[in-house]
Amino acid sequence: MNTYALETKSVIKTYQSDSGPIQAVDDVSLQVSAGEFVALVGPSGSGKTTMLSILAALLQPSSGQILLDGQDLAGMSDKERVAMRREKIGFTFQANNLVPYLSAVENVELMLRLNNKLDKAGKLRARELLARLGLGERLHNLPGQMSGGQQQRVAIARALIHNPSLVLADEPTASLDTERAYQVVETFAGLIHEQKRAGIMVTHDLRMCEFVDRVLQMRDGKLVQIYSTRDEIMQLVTGGRH
Amino acid sequence: MNKILSISAYLAVKEVWRNRGRFLLVSLVIALITLLVLFIAALGEGLGNGNREYISKLDAELIVYQARSDYLIAASRLGRDRLAAVRRVEGVADAGMLGTASANLLLPGGSEFLKVAMLGVEPGRTGEPQVVEGQQLSTDLAKEVILDRNTVLRTGIALGDTLTIRITQGTQDEYFELQVVGITDGQQYSLQPSIFVPFYTWDRIRPKSEAEVNSSNPVANVILVKLQDPAQVDEVSQRLVTQVDNIDAATLKEAIQALPGYSAQQSTLNTQGGFTLFIGILVIGGFFQIQILQKVAQIGVLKAIGTANPIVAAASVIQIVVVTVIGVAVGALLAFLFSLTFPPTVPIVFNGTTSAIAIVALLLIGPLGGLVSIRYAVRIEPLKALGLSS
Repeated sequence: MNTYALETKSVIKTYQSDSGPIQAVDDVSLQVSAGEFVALVGPSGSGKTTMLSILAALLQPSSGQILLDGQDLAGMSDKERVAMRREKIGFTFQANNLVPYLSAVENVELMLRLNNKLDKAGKLRARELLARLGLGERLHNLPGQMSGGQQQRVAIARALIHNPSLVLADEPTASLDTERAYQVVETFAGLIHEQKRAGIMVTHDLRMCEFVDRVLQMRDGKLVQIYSTRDEIMQLVTGGRH
Repeated sequence: MNKILSISAYLAVKEVWRNRGRFLLVSLVIALITLLVLFIAALGEGLGNGNREYISKLDAELIVYQARSDYLIAASRLGRDRLAAVRRVEGVADAGMLGTASANLLLPGGSEFLKVAMLGVEPGRTGEPQVVEGQQLSTDLAKEVILDRNTVLRTGIALGDTLTIRITQGTQDEYFELQVVGITDGQQYSLQPSIFVPFYTWDRIRPKSEAEVNSSNPVANVILVKLQDPAQVDEVSQRLVTQVDNIDAATLKEAIQALPGYSAQQSTLNTQGGFTLFIGILVIGGFFQIQILQKVAQIGVLKAIGTANPIVAAASVIQIVVVTVIGVAVGALLAFLFSLTFPPTVPIVFNGTTSAIAIVALLLIGPLGGLVSIRYAVRIEPLKALGLSS
């Protein structure tokens, strides 16, 4: 019986280029359980962003399966993948995360609105979540009136508010200073554990792996190493090995 | 469907409201385009109206001209013998002579003149306009005159007054006095304020060459024909041409199109209006296209978090419609306010139908201009927009 929130089986993504086909993701199989926070690391060009796009149902793999709550994203139509992104996936990006003309609370509520779940309880939950993220005083601020760290925290709230099975974060600390980066990732990890979501964070900053349960290292499109124990992870974090 | 509309309306209105300065600016541009289009339409209507007003309101279906006069009223000459022949044609209910001429009307104060169209009509016959004040002309020879309201507004002459007109006959300037017995409304002719006098009075006082001065044979320009059955206009027209010597017959529509300069003037103004609308489409299209280009990442985020394309497209359409409706409403209001400040001498008429057509056309230019940007928004790939495609 499948107990994983997310499971990929032999995922391959091939691009055609002038010099021939390029294997951006090469036979990657991985599993993430509910309540588990995983980091996907690797040097530039290792295929981690492509893998994240495939997991986010933004990109179709050339072959393989991506099972989210038992449903295969690879075999879905565009319309079905849009619905999956809306209902089952939460997303934070590097930058330009928020809709600039919606306030913090409106950005969070947008996910509920899109899912037709914006009721009184949903509104209250959005406010509580933002308050927990330290943004209780910023509910009605527009993104342009908030710092990068505050915007990332709003994006985290938006990624979690609709109770998705999978939460994805693409370089969530890229535009933050170290202190704020730690705060953001620590909060993110705490919420993923607490709310029992499957979380995957793509990062190039190995220090941020301190808060994850597992680190998956990619190189040349392949999954080359998995760090599962706390010792291994901390060694990676302090040693800075790629 | 309701969900799509509700979310897209929410996104569209929020964006417009939170960026109201920018959107207001575009609405103002649309308002100025609206003002321009409505004024061109009103000017076209005013000029066309001033040219055709009397003819278009005639209680007649056909106008009989001298043959080969190219439907030009001033070039046509018809004597009374033709009138009698026209009246005998089967299907003709009534026929009246119409003479046209220019005259100089002495303004109160006695030193300035106003050029007016002096039309000779037969009292009680087709061609005599209905008065809205006072009474109709009494006899063919009465020294009476009916004034168009426009003439009253421009001269200050009132019902019951005696007016003086100056006419050149032969080589002499002659002065004639006529009593104002009635006021009619909306009867301009050839873009001039008009006055209506009994036909024989008209023939006596109209401008004449040296040779005509002593002629006793009254000559009209055209004969206005009212039919027993307006549906039989083609048959009666053919009958007239075959049974009456040396004439042509035209419907009112044909007669209006043949008025000197009328068609050229209308097509020029219509072309101007069309070009203004076209420029409007380009301006609005350009604005929304630039806006979409600036919003690629933002639309990418919306799509990445699961916003369906119909919502993105509907939000764009609603935004365009809101901006266009505000612009057109402001423009129409401005046009109305400006129109109140124009004197009656300016040929601007805000006709309901013409203005409505112009407003509908203006409301369509927004969505039309924005089509390209909507298509672009729908085709934005979230992967590329977010920089995730490497």
